[in-house]
Amino acid sequence: MTTGRLRARLIPYLTILPGGLWLIVFFVVPMIAMLSLSLQLGDVVHGFQQVWHWQTYTTSISAYRSQIIRSFEYGIASTLLQIIIAYPIAYWIAFRGGSRKSFYLFLLLLPFFVSFVLRTVSWNFILADNGIVLGTLKNLHLLPQGYHILATSTAVVGGLTYNYLPFMILPIYVALERVDPRLVEAAYDLYATRVMAFRKVILPLSIPGIFAGVVITFVPVSSDYVNAHILGGPTSTMIGNVIQNQYLNTQDYPTASALSFVLMAILLIGVFAYARALGTEEALEVAAR
Amino acid sequence: MSDQHIDPTLLRGLVNRRLGRRNVLRAAGIGATAAGLAACGVKGKATGKPTQAPDQVAKFWAGKVAGTHIDFANWPLYMDPKHPELKKFTEQTGMSVTYKEVINDDAEWFAKIRPQLAAHQSIGYDLMVMTDGVEFQECVELGFYAPLDHSKLTNFAANAAPKYKVESFDKNNVYSAPWASGITGIGYNPKYVKTPPTGMHDLLNPAYRGKVGMMSDTQEIGNFAMMALGITPETSTATDWQKAAQWLTDQRNSGVVRSYYDQDYISHLANGDVWISMSWSGDIFQQNASSGSNLKFVIPSEGGTLWTDNMVIPITAANPVGAMQLIDFFYDPAIAASLAEYINYITPVPAAQAVISADAAAASGDDKAALEMVASSALVFPSASDYAKLHYYRNFKTPAEHQQYQAIFNPIVTS
Repeated sequence: MTTGRLRARLIPYLTILPGGLWLIVFFVVPMIAMLSLSLQLGDVVHGFQQVWHWQTYTTSISAYRSQIIRSFEYGIASTLLQIIIAYPIAYWIAFRGGSRKSFYLFLLLLPFFVSFVLRTVSWNFILADNGIVLGTLKNLHLLPQGYHILATSTAVVGGLTYNYLPFMILPIYVALERVDPRLVEAAYDLYATRVMAFRKVILPLSIPGIFAGVVITFVPVSSDYVNAHILGGPTSTMIGNVIQNQYLNTQDYPTASALSFVLMAILLIGVFAYARALGTEEALEVAAR
Repeated sequence: MSDQHIDPTLLRGLVNRRLGRRNVLRAAGIGATAAGLAACGVKGKATGKPTQAPDQVAKFWAGKVAGTHIDFANWPLYMDPKHPELKKFTEQTGMSVTYKEVINDDAEWFAKIRPQLAAHQSIGYDLMVMTDGVEFQECVELGFYAPLDHSKLTNFAANAAPKYKVESFDKNNVYSAPWASGITGIGYNPKYVKTPPTGMHDLLNPAYRGKVGMMSDTQEIGNFAMMALGITPETSTATDWQKAAQWLTDQRNSGVVRSYYDQDYISHLANGDVWISMSWSGDIFQQNASSGSNLKFVIPSEGGTLWTDNMVIPITAANPVGAMQLIDFFYDPAIAASLAEYINYITPVPAAQAVISADAAAASGDDKAALEMVASSALVFPSASDYAKLHYYRNFKTPAEHQQYQAIFNPIVTS
């Protein structure tokens, strides 16, 4: 029966084979290639030679430190804003949505049928200096004439928040949806007020959802370059823009690769520290769901 | 042409080729680059500069015969969508032409074709149009262009404007023949800018605080700042670049700059977010034509940038003989005129002016007025004195020089 047992032991490996191969071919190999590239020197005409040039990391970090810091500032600001906006929405759908829950969820996802870039560009129209919103407020003398939102940090953080909001709402919704109503009833039976029931029962049970939402949104928000490009001004460049520019305009592939790795390292460390702080493996499992 | 008050009709000379250029999202390019890195980027690709000797031409063209089909890659809105010129070509030669508007940005296009051309594989096109910028030079250095066989380019020899035969980016047209040229100058919205701008100092005017648009393209802003300082961009040195970068940094720190834009500056200029901006003249014309805006364009007194888009044959073209026939076909004055009448850009064929005038004489009504405008437009047929005010991009001798340039100007647009 050894062959049967062998087969039984092989089955788990066989099942991860497609996904594993996918990861190796499209993630591990490019990662190694990029890591190698980040240590090379040269140019696109004469080629890049491997010289283990670690200085690329130090020089690019010092050259673009302010953009790296800014990216995480924007990322944190936007993620906090998303939690503040997403939680009430998710709460309302989970507890007040009734039979139309799926319809409301569909409405949340509806904007995704429109291109990401188009949705961002449309803010240029909505928030134009003399456009439908600011123009009206200026005509009513509620805003000074020179006031503008576009081309500022506010616009970039706003755009980031808008674009990634559904990714915050959905995990929080899933967590809230799973809260057993009987637990809330039990809290009331034990003379908890509505606020206490929320604080002691609902909020703790929804923490894994918030955790998942933060992990899902913080990483892409911090490395985003579209919002800063379309909505930003002369001093709101994010590290994603620098990397994109280094790849495509300057063709300085080593610097672009090095900056990508720096960004990735900071994000990984940040997310793991965050997971530690929240102190649950459970949370990671929820994030994976 | 006068520095100020350019007659709006002259703006007929400039049509939107840049629509979609410097695209907002270069995701496709990034993807292609990433694929390229995974494929061969690690090893790098060192290639010597191909010799430009006649034997190189003979070697490339030996045994090449005309095929039956040509794949042509060009920029959007760079030909009448009905492709009348290509139909005529097919009638004359029997060769069919597939015309695709697939090039939106030189850097992005270069990122897409580099891996294939480096591996000496076909990119699926026999003819493509590239601007005389850095990527053009890199393609030359990497040996990506087929050397043209001038013994077959009879129309070109007879009709191309002499100045196009001595341009520094491709002297003697070893690899390229111009498709059309255009100008980078200052565009403004007269609703907000009451005094017509005359020169670069208008881009520093504190009255336009937060309302000045600058381009994010380092070659464009570098050229502009150098002209503002009276430096000739073509012969500039690293010291000049430092000075120009300082000019741009001071400008940014003074708070006048709204943002560094790609092609999207034009919509901001039209809706009043930006009052005055570095502009591609064709965008101004196209914006006015499509939205009824009343934007104006001036060439600064210090000068403007003249760029040229060029037809080139990728070295791996399947039908290079046909591609060269097509290049030569566009230098037939009648064909060049037909193209210029539609795209309203500077044509490299001066003889087209007489053809357009004749067409205008034969036409009536609106057509007649439009054609007369094209024929008389200083921005389609600039005079020698017009040309004297225009400068080219800095031509980088080595990639190291390019890197140095980028290292100086990149921090300005990505701060």
